[in-house]
Amino acid sequence: MYGNHSGTPEQVSSHDAYADDGDADFLALIQADGRVEPRDAMPNAYRASLVRQIAQHAHSEIIGMQPEGNWISRAPSLKRKAILMAKVQDEAGHGLYLYAAAETLGVDRSELLDKLHTGRHKYSSIFNYPTLTWADMGAIGWLVDGAAIVNQVPITRCSYGPYARAMVRICKEESFHQRQGFEILHTLSNGSPAQHAMAQDAVDRWWWPSLMMFGPPDDASPNSERSMRWGIKRFSNDELRQRFVDMTVPQAQALGLTLPDPELAYDDTTGHWRTGAIDFTELFEVIAGNGPCNAARMAHRRGAHERGQWVRDAAAAYADKHRSATATGAVA
Amino acid sequence: MTEAGASAREWPLWEVFVRARRGLSHGHVGSLHAPDAAMALRNARDLYTRRQEGVSIWVVPAEAISASSPAFTGASTRGGTGPAVR
Repeated sequence: MYGNHSGTPEQVSSHDAYADDGDADFLALIQADGRVEPRDAMPNAYRASLVRQIAQHAHSEIIGMQPEGNWISRAPSLKRKAILMAKVQDEAGHGLYLYAAAETLGVDRSELLDKLHTGRHKYSSIFNYPTLTWADMGAIGWLVDGAAIVNQVPITRCSYGPYARAMVRICKEESFHQRQGFEILHTLSNGSPAQHAMAQDAVDRWWWPSLMMFGPPDDASPNSERSMRWGIKRFSNDELRQRFVDMTVPQAQALGLTLPDPELAYDDTTGHWRTGAIDFTELFEVIAGNGPCNAARMAHRRGAHERGQWVRDAAAAYADKHRSATATGAVA
Repeated sequence: MTEAGASAREWPLWEVFVRARRGLSHGHVGSLHAPDAAMALRNARDLYTRRQEGVSIWVVPAEAISASSPAFTGASTRGGTGPAVR
């Protein structure tokens, strides 16, 4: 899961946005839609921009385990529990693929985690909302993972090879997740009146935050233009958001659920669904740290990291002991 | 973490190669951190073959790989300033 709405706390300084555009070879490669690989020369700002984006994407994947992990112990059946566990494990895997991709740019995973834990790196704001009912597992899969897929599919053609390759694997798995969420909501929507109401309530709460996952409107998105020029980003925030809306409205109809937007209407002239105005002040509040779960998510992440320290230490000690035993054996 | 010792020693980096099925050679799929080869294999199995993506896994310490520079093969004139490995 991932969006474009994690904020830009370590924005690449914009004063050299055009000065450091890359040498002729780099630009020729980008213009030919070629792929940049780890040992290639690349502009510092390209490298910094990718590290920031890939790291924030990785952080989002591992923080994203929390809202769903919340429901593993209370899943309504053993089958649903097994599916949810596999999904949360997938999110951990996505984080690891992405940290590995970021490391090809010359940073260490420990350094990136440190930046997350000290608040210098952000993660997707969507994970700062609580998961109040089982139906939220459906709404997250359908809407949040659905939005993530729309965001991420173009990244499989990103100009940086390791990021694009990681994204191919991730997109395959996200499409399972989206169908899993749809199926949860479909079951609830066609269940008892109380189950239907629970599904509708979850959609009511997750719809607008999902639209905000695509980030601020294009005229307020500072890094977008250069990212597009460098082939890191392929479509604008508003284009991707529109694609998501057009894909999702018919699915809501199939589910028998309504989207909480009285102004939502089909525009015959453009062939697109038009939404009402999105209240981005909420998004900026959540990015600023004032969402319902920001503090809890970070406290849990830091705590999990600290509580895992003895495991990391023990494994390293075991490896050391084993290595020295092998070395002794070799001498004897 | 910034507190002393918390990340004093990051586990070494391993490159992971997977044979997707019999008849194919191993291909590079990504990397991971692990304290030793046995753990690297276990982690690689859990991370890169969760959905039967392979029948055989190799893990190689990243530091054991010698890599050519991008200009070396003559296929590209691009210079290398990236990390030493990969």
